[in-house]
Amino acid sequence: MILLLQYTLIFASVLMLVALGGCFAERSGVINIGLEGIMVIGALGGALVMKFLPVSVGVLPMVAITVVVSALFGCIFSLFLAVAAINFKADQTITGTAMNMLATAGATVAVKAMNTAASNGNDVSSDIAYIHAKDLFIVRLGQFEFNWFMLVAAICLVISYVALYKMKFGLRLRSCGEHPQASASVGIHVQKMRYAGVLISGLLGGLGGIVYITAGVSVWKFENGVAGFGFLALAVMIFGGWHPLRIALAALLFGFLRALGNVYAGFDFLMMLNIPSVVYNMLPYVLSLVVLAFTSKNSRAPKAAGIPYDKGTR
Amino acid sequence: MRKSNTSVLRSDGLQTLISSLLCILGGLIVGYVVLLIIEPKGALDAIVALMKSFFRFAGRSRMKYLGQNLARTVPLILCSLSVLFAYKVGMFNIGVAGQYVAGACGCLYAALAWKLPWLPCLLIGMAAAALLGVIAGVLKTKCNVNVVISGIMLNWIALYLTNLILGMVKSPMSPYTMNLMGTNPKAKLPSLGLEKLFSSESSVTIAIPLAIVIAVVIYIVLNKTSFGYELKATGHNYHAAKYAGMKEDRNIILTMMISGALAGLGAGLLFLTGIEDWETTISSVPAMGFNGIAVAFLGGLSPIGSILSAFFVQYINFGGGNVDLQVYCSQISSLISSLIIYLCAFVAFFKYIIQLYLRKRKEKQEAQLLKGGEEK
Repeated sequence: MILLLQYTLIFASVLMLVALGGCFAERSGVINIGLEGIMVIGALGGALVMKFLPVSVGVLPMVAITVVVSALFGCIFSLFLAVAAINFKADQTITGTAMNMLATAGATVAVKAMNTAASNGNDVSSDIAYIHAKDLFIVRLGQFEFNWFMLVAAICLVISYVALYKMKFGLRLRSCGEHPQASASVGIHVQKMRYAGVLISGLLGGLGGIVYITAGVSVWKFENGVAGFGFLALAVMIFGGWHPLRIALAALLFGFLRALGNVYAGFDFLMMLNIPSVVYNMLPYVLSLVVLAFTSKNSRAPKAAGIPYDKGTR
Repeated sequence: MRKSNTSVLRSDGLQTLISSLLCILGGLIVGYVVLLIIEPKGALDAIVALMKSFFRFAGRSRMKYLGQNLARTVPLILCSLSVLFAYKVGMFNIGVAGQYVAGACGCLYAALAWKLPWLPCLLIGMAAAALLGVIAGVLKTKCNVNVVISGIMLNWIALYLTNLILGMVKSPMSPYTMNLMGTNPKAKLPSLGLEKLFSSESSVTIAIPLAIVIAVVIYIVLNKTSFGYELKATGHNYHAAKYAGMKEDRNIILTMMISGALAGLGAGLLFLTGIEDWETTISSVPAMGFNGIAVAFLGGLSPIGSILSAFFVQYINFGGGNVDLQVYCSQISSLISSLIIYLCAFVAFFKYIIQLYLRKRKEKQEAQLLKGGEEK
């Protein structure tokens, strides 16, 4: 039971971080399908820190540096979207799809090159191991393993809510996602705001990536990307109605479903049902479709999301 | 002379071609730079080997590999047709990957479990994939679910379901499904003697000419029939189509159905050649569908362009295996193709640059005319 709670919280943290990222981008008017790719690159950055930073540096520097580097990696990668979508008015869906392919291929090539060079061609895998560094992130409270990332996610939630709904910045950002021409007419720099939205989504997406790959395992195979978690986060964002607090609740629900797939073997009554494990793997996706089917009728995306900003139109 | 040059450049098709070639060039250059960063010494050899692809082989084996590459180009063509068909109707069918998976599931299960001949297998695969498309279409029209999101969810659902279903017909020793030729040779697509052209390569079948015929059919349907016109009108403006008396919801569902069926057919035309078996333990959606997206955009969203760009993408992917695996890895070709699709997002921008250049030149010419030959 405690294990279920622990996995629920950690997966919810991932989904919440990434969905909040998507929320910032869409609120500013840019659809970010590339979150999956951003997660991969963020995870790569974090995993490299955890592999190469000596464990002796202590908990706080390790957590801080990992968080900063993965956020930075995500941020830099999100520039691919920002430049294409904001400066060149490219189709945001194609750009995002390309970013997802690019991230997995790029991360695989990079990690393989690194492993190959380090082992003189004996190790051609795309794995990064971070077993010892991972222990630093965990505080054992009885049987429950508290992960510092959970705290990071909670802080990000509070900051996101305040930034979007209690600050001038948030009001301006949201206006650019609804009616950019109107925003421009009152002196808001639409392109700057959209850059801010996309870069924040890169930051949160990158962070989500490192939390995801450290959630259950201590070796990650980068060939696999992040297995559709970025897309699941987009569903969480829609279900959460583009609002931080509702996104948090949606993330808890989806996190629970995902966690069930990891720990169902620990429950006798679930084992008795003798359901194949693929059904548990499928569950979050099936349920998110069902949930979306029931909630999308009235859901309203930011009005200008996905439409390149053109000064000339009204 | 100069005037005729300009008018050729003005044609939309040529502009698209130039833009696509620019994308390819850009992808290859960045790929080369990445190779240089990994290990400068062999980078040139590696990129040359990659670009040579199957031309590395000589004589009979070259023809054999050409045949194999053509057989693998077929599903790419169909997946890209699936993407562009939906795109013309205003939908981004990222679910093509899952529809491809469902197609593989349907045709392989029919072939291995029910021992049906090839045609019913193909149709069952298409039906399974079309069903997935219909689900996305119905969710869009009835429940307002974004096609991209539902498509992505359906991709994963299709993958897990397929692994479950094809797990029932897998060979006892390996994670792969039973061999098609060994279990049910009737299900293999007929070749009509085509394989003799390709050094008796067994994967060469009627799939290759069929894919080209279907590309032409899609071109005709989209551009020369009122049905295609109606679909495109729905894509351009949903409300205007409704106002004009078109059945807008039916059109969207029908589009997704056709789009899905195309992807499913692609899977059937690959797996029923026996060129590969389905691996029932894969944990990520096969790249085929996503490559189809790349191919569709690289081909300038034209069915005929799809044939050329599909062959090119397959050519590069095959070439990826040529690099020295002790130093580099074969994923370099996925990196290059993903860079190419990223650059495809800039196609509109490239075209804009070409048009800008044309306009500038025209202005210059007109200015010269005004001067009335003062120069020289």
